[in-house]
Amino acid sequence: MLQAVGVASLDELVRVPEALALRTPIAVTPQLSESEIAERFARFAARTTAGGYTSFLGAGAYRHYIPPVVGALAMRGEFLTAYTPYQAEVSQGYLQATYEWQSYITLLTGLDVANASVYDGATALAEAVIMAVNASGRKAVLVSRAVHPNYRAVLRTYAEGLELAVDELAYRADGRTDTASLDAALADQRYAAVVVQTPNMFGVIDPLAAAESARAAANGAVVIGVVAEALSLAALATPASWGARICVGEAQSFGNAVAYGGPHVGFIAAGSEHLRRMPGRLVGKSVDGEGRLAYVLTLQAREQHIRREKATSNICTNQAHCALCATIYLAAMGKTGLRDCAALNIARTRELRAAVTALDGFSARFAAPVFNEVAIRVPGRASDVLRALEDRAILGGLDLGRFYPELGDTLLMAATELTTGADIARLVGALAEVETRAAARI
Amino acid sequence: MAQPAGLLYSKEHEWVKLDGDVATVGITDYAQASLGDIVYVELPRLGATLEQFGSIGVVESVKAVSDIFTPVGGEVIAINDAIEADPALVNREPYDGGWFYKVKLGDVSQSAELMSPEQYDRLISQT
Amino acid sequence: MPPPAFDTPLIFDTGQDGRANCYLPHGPQLDELLPREVLRDDLPLPDNSELDVVRHFTRLSHKTFGIDTVFYPLGSCTMKYNPRINDAMANLPALRDLHPFAPDHAAQGALAVMWELERALASLFGMAAFSLNPAAGAHAELTALLIAKAYFAKRGESRRNVVIVPDTAHGTNPASAAMVGFRVISLKSDARGRVDPAALAAVAGPDTAVCMMTNPNTLGLFEDRIAEVSDVIHAAGALMYYDGANANALMGNTRPGDMGFDLMHLNLHKTFSIPHGGGGAGAGPVGVAEALVGFLPTPVVRAYEANGTPAAADGWRESAGLRFALDFAAPDAIGTMRSFWSNFAHMVRALAYIYANGAEGLTLTSQLAVLNANYIRVGISDVVDIPYPEINRHEFVASAQSLKRDTGVRALDLGKALLDHGYHAPTVYFPLIVPECLMIEPTETESKETLDAFIAAFREIVAAARIDPQSALGTPRTTPVGRIDETRAARQPDLRWQPPSRTGE
Repeated sequence: MLQAVGVASLDELVRVPEALALRTPIAVTPQLSESEIAERFARFAARTTAGGYTSFLGAGAYRHYIPPVVGALAMRGEFLTAYTPYQAEVSQGYLQATYEWQSYITLLTGLDVANASVYDGATALAEAVIMAVNASGRKAVLVSRAVHPNYRAVLRTYAEGLELAVDELAYRADGRTDTASLDAALADQRYAAVVVQTPNMFGVIDPLAAAESARAAANGAVVIGVVAEALSLAALATPASWGARICVGEAQSFGNAVAYGGPHVGFIAAGSEHLRRMPGRLVGKSVDGEGRLAYVLTLQAREQHIRREKATSNICTNQAHCALCATIYLAAMGKTGLRDCAALNIARTRELRAAVTALDGFSARFAAPVFNEVAIRVPGRASDVLRALEDRAILGGLDLGRFYPELGDTLLMAATELTTGADIARLVGALAEVETRAAARI
Repeated sequence: MAQPAGLLYSKEHEWVKLDGDVATVGITDYAQASLGDIVYVELPRLGATLEQFGSIGVVESVKAVSDIFTPVGGEVIAINDAIEADPALVNREPYDGGWFYKVKLGDVSQSAELMSPEQYDRLISQT
Repeated sequence: MPPPAFDTPLIFDTGQDGRANCYLPHGPQLDELLPREVLRDDLPLPDNSELDVVRHFTRLSHKTFGIDTVFYPLGSCTMKYNPRINDAMANLPALRDLHPFAPDHAAQGALAVMWELERALASLFGMAAFSLNPAAGAHAELTALLIAKAYFAKRGESRRNVVIVPDTAHGTNPASAAMVGFRVISLKSDARGRVDPAALAAVAGPDTAVCMMTNPNTLGLFEDRIAEVSDVIHAAGALMYYDGANANALMGNTRPGDMGFDLMHLNLHKTFSIPHGGGGAGAGPVGVAEALVGFLPTPVVRAYEANGTPAAADGWRESAGLRFALDFAAPDAIGTMRSFWSNFAHMVRALAYIYANGAEGLTLTSQLAVLNANYIRVGISDVVDIPYPEINRHEFVASAQSLKRDTGVRALDLGKALLDHGYHAPTVYFPLIVPECLMIEPTETESKETLDAFIAAFREIVAAARIDPQSALGTPRTTPVGRIDETRAARQPDLRWQPPSRTGE
């Protein structure tokens, strides 16, 4: 081959100017055989002791039962190793699966159109805000403080780049967004969007009232609903029904591993009035020259590879494979499985809440109804309680004081369909010891 | 297609038909052919005030997007709803049914900045 | 490409009541748990039996090309083989099920993976540090531009808002710049297809923030004057950004850090064998020079010796015996770019890939990538135009301009004809400066037999087109569908299944 190319050696082929050649050898891993790689990663896994703990962590990444059929289908080599379906004739499988994902998202959210997915819930929110800003030309957005803190942090990072103002709405004592000041805030018409999350960071079901959404829209602000726990869409009133015109969120709960935070899969759905501002890929239906039904990437003129600096967004990849896992999960679970799963989540969380708040010193922080997470006030500091639980191989939840200084005594605990009565009993037993020691210290 | 007489042209491939101080604007046959099948046109809002040569809308085809740089400035007094429902009209009748919008000129002398049919013809034959 | 045996109706059309599967135990119903007002009215999703789900998606997979079945000479995408060991490691339960809010002491193995990978990348590419935060290449570009913006703001140079980009740049470059409020100047490449330092000097100035480039560039040509280019940009007080899309060309041979780049990103789904998965998820680490380290997004993985002192490491070193922590407290950090810390499963895959190669393997990878690309170029150079007839790197561009002039057959048609021969098309119509462009990148994982077969098929297609253009114009003919009416798809958007309308609503 070297001869065909006309060089004497590989070194000659890849030669670079002397000044650019490597001066010191690169310091990377040793080269290992596959069995040695397996052994090394088994050690990484063994050093990740959380694997052996009982977990009540949620807060934007949820432990759900993923039927093995999801992996069996998604890991087929055709799906795993395909490229973006730009050559539609040889990508009908992925294109149809993506059309089905888009359909599922519209049905779950109640809105008209959804894209092929974005990186995650937080970036989906940032993209939705950009859509709203482009719709109105206004450079400020109003966001509930009960929206996931990481989502708000990402929004702020994007807002910095685009010079947008991000103002916050407080939350009430019952755990819901304080909308009393909403009308006043919107009156001077400087907000491009109002953003609420439901269920919110405290697990509380927290939509706007339809009348509140209508007033926001009348003031020219786009109502954006955020959903960090997508399973809730199977049970709760759709975002469209309470007036959201853009709904974004995280679909990791559908068939995707928690995987220490990624890759996950964000979704964006919107009313048809926002179609042309929608970032990312869209799959549409059409026909080929023989009149056969065919799927194809469409409205690509909005995307970066054509519009370049005028693109609706710079986004290039979507999360195709993660969205595929989600689609297969939704297909296998079906409406019956999803509703049953949602009901189990609510029921287990109820049991969790009842069991924990039965202990002295532990109470529900917020009165409003929740989905599958509950904020529990603990005796002393939440971080101390968590450490004590960790000593007993339990991950008790999230210390909300990490993000909300006023909630340093509050733990966010999640229970899903995988949480067993035995898990809750272990937790209660451990907390009882904590409580006893706290009481003894007084 | 030889350039229709009676129109003025911009180097961004728009045509202008003047009627007193009202100008009708659209894109040329060369532009629609370059863009390919047009799928969407984003027009300025009725009542908007445009500045000459400002970017005021977009023409979207399957494979490309082009900004519309208005060849004349003024107040938008009419927009062509027909092309919203049927963007292909722009491909079929770029000079007739596929017109984009009408402005009431703020400054009639702006038309002096535009090209004659012969000048525009020379421009596109060089491209 | 096996012909599909059956049409595949939508999953919504095959569902029926009574077909639900039994994945979870029975429990209460929703309306026993929550008041009616907070519940949705109905859930118009189908119930399909598991068998129907399996048949549905298996048939869809039969209508989808993948690297596992065909050769993808897609320039700029680096479609190399995706080793299965990587997926197996990502699927180890302790790593797969780890929660991002797990305390550091219970996540040491995962943090070690991230740290080892970051150190290896730093050495491999000559950067002081990498952030594993961004979810993809475009996301990484945005991150890097935000870093540049913050850097200049801290120096009181916020007037710097221009990004210079060669006319061969990837479309994400200007799109990312726009998202940061920067405007873009496109620089014309010279007659050799490279960036000319003198032309650059004429446009670089006190309002220049960043020059975004890749090397080798998208024409597959090595920017041999890159050191001068960097000098020009640095003399103007601006930063050099390396788009890592073409990193597969230079591992173990030269490093962006040594070329003068201050910022860079990598596409793990290109260079480091992460599966493309139909278009994502990717992963886009961002690397920076020392002066910019403080601006990297949080969290950063910190390493400590057993005695608690910070662990020093110029490149990769053994992580056993070290302790790790996530650091969220960097005061100059631009913030965070996504919900959690990284596309961690892909970090596992990338580290496993580096272990499979080591320094020798990565060096050979780049050498073979360059050899394979040149081999194809030489094999087809007499049947298509080669605008830059010189040794290229891991990819090269060809042009169907003469073929189009002679026969009407264009780059698009050659690509479609290749589908019938069981190859994915090359990248077409990019970069924009080459008319009827085909960009071909075979990668190092293809055998000589595959390359020879591809060259033969390509020559056959061109020869047939010269005799009878229709042989190429009517392609593809053997795929599940033919060329699609994209105009109709855009003019009459049908983007979702609609439930049948309910009466009385």
